[in-house]
Amino acid sequence: MSAPPAGGPVAGAESAEALAVPATGGGANDLAIRAGQCGIGIALLLAWHFASGRLIDPFYISAPLAVASKLWTWAADGTLWLAFSYTFQAMILGFVVGSLAGFAVGFALGRSDVLARLFDPYITAIYCMPKIALAPLLILWFGIGIESKVAMAALIVFFLVFLNTFSGVRDVNPLYLQVTAIMGASPLQQLRHVVFPSAAAWVLTGLKVSVPYALIGAVVGELISSNRGIGFLIGQASGLFDTAGVFAGLAVLAVTGIVLNAGLKKLENRLLRWRGQR
Amino acid sequence: MIEIKGAAKTFRTGARVTAALEPIDLAIADGEFVSFIGPSGCGKSTLLNMIAGIIAPSSGAIVHDGRTVAGANTATGYMTQQDSLLPWRTAAANIALPLALRRTPPAAIDARVAQMLALVGLANFGGHFPAELSGGMKKRVALAQILAYDPPTLLMDEPFGALDAQLKLIMQGELMRIWENAGKTIVFVTHDLAEAITLSDRVAVFSSRPGRIKAVETIDLPRPRDPLRIQFEPAYRAVHQRLWDLLAPEIEASRAEAFA
Repeated sequence: MSAPPAGGPVAGAESAEALAVPATGGGANDLAIRAGQCGIGIALLLAWHFASGRLIDPFYISAPLAVASKLWTWAADGTLWLAFSYTFQAMILGFVVGSLAGFAVGFALGRSDVLARLFDPYITAIYCMPKIALAPLLILWFGIGIESKVAMAALIVFFLVFLNTFSGVRDVNPLYLQVTAIMGASPLQQLRHVVFPSAAAWVLTGLKVSVPYALIGAVVGELISSNRGIGFLIGQASGLFDTAGVFAGLAVLAVTGIVLNAGLKKLENRLLRWRGQR
Repeated sequence: MIEIKGAAKTFRTGARVTAALEPIDLAIADGEFVSFIGPSGCGKSTLLNMIAGIIAPSSGAIVHDGRTVAGANTATGYMTQQDSLLPWRTAAANIALPLALRRTPPAAIDARVAQMLALVGLANFGGHFPAELSGGMKKRVALAQILAYDPPTLLMDEPFGALDAQLKLIMQGELMRIWENAGKTIVFVTHDLAEAITLSDRVAVFSSRPGRIKAVETIDLPRPRDPLRIQFEPAYRAVHQRLWDLLAPEIEASRAEAFA
């Protein structure tokens, strides 16, 4: 298969961690970094606050306090929770459907050379196509309800998980298979004790990278056509020239992304403890 | 008893057939320690892999304890230069693996694993992952793993090749101690003549490619042997000299081939 690059888990377009920095050990150092991170955030908010109205027309960039008050209004009248749960639901469903399908197909093609070679050109073709371009088709098929958003998210997730599973199943060290065969492992036992755990690192990377993409899929679906969800709120606010509303929607998405990513990183570190400290 | 009966290996690249190993005849008795030595590419590892059942001979056969080897030979334990421990399993879980594959009851597995960890001097390291162990410790775990299920024969392909010189001598000493108590047959591949002499009852010297056995020499140095001191004994030096005279022309021939 030509799509997955060799050498390590396929990270899709870009890794979920924007900057992969080796973790430092020192506790005091970590604290200083945390303080610095907060400082940067506050500085940016202050710059935004003072620039708005003085340097740049608030029509374009709104203002932090306006955004906060918008979020407060949404939270108070229930709009925020309703929209968020809708988007989150679409994202989770899409993630589950896409990753299950991606794992199953990746595993099947990874184990069978014939299947892999048969489907290679088609998978490469769909992989190279921007999945977003399929959104109109998906809406045509599944309507403007949650189904089309789930389909959008699932489609994007499918490829990330598929490619990583495929590569992971292919990447099994043949020495491990030989040694376990001599120890008396049946092919089924080899699958359980060697192939699955070996592929797990790849599959987990695929899953981790997929979560933000599932969010993207769901929101894109909502932006194109919907009557609910965070994407819909952003689209609607933009239609009304309500810049504060647009920024409020974006802020919700950013926070969702950060929280999900932190949780996944914890999970990955736990499951892949055997890789040693990195 | 391992009987190598005219086992040969040829490789086909397009229309060309290359002989890697000419037909080999050799019998290895139960409890014997036999080393294969020769220049790289002489087919000594190929022959070992045939006994392990990982490579099928192109002609001839290998008979192990009366059964012709076909497919992975589960009556052997196999140890290589590269790390073959599963990195996602702790040392204890790696040692337990062959037992779990044989559906040994969990309580019996735990007891056996503890016994094996103690045997290789790693009683306190059962919970460590391979990435957390040193090179020598990983070799000890690999040895404990293949001893755990008690196969009658151990096949070792340059198992200590990646270790530094001192650690290698220590591991040789431990292997001999375990072998002298366990009564295993060991077939040991190496390109280190000193290692072959120190460990073996017999040493088979392979010619350069295409490989054949040029000579089989009996090493009648008294046991137990001390890897740290044996090389200073006159008897050892005589054997070393004799084997080196057999081996040196093959190393030169293989070097000439490499530069041809």
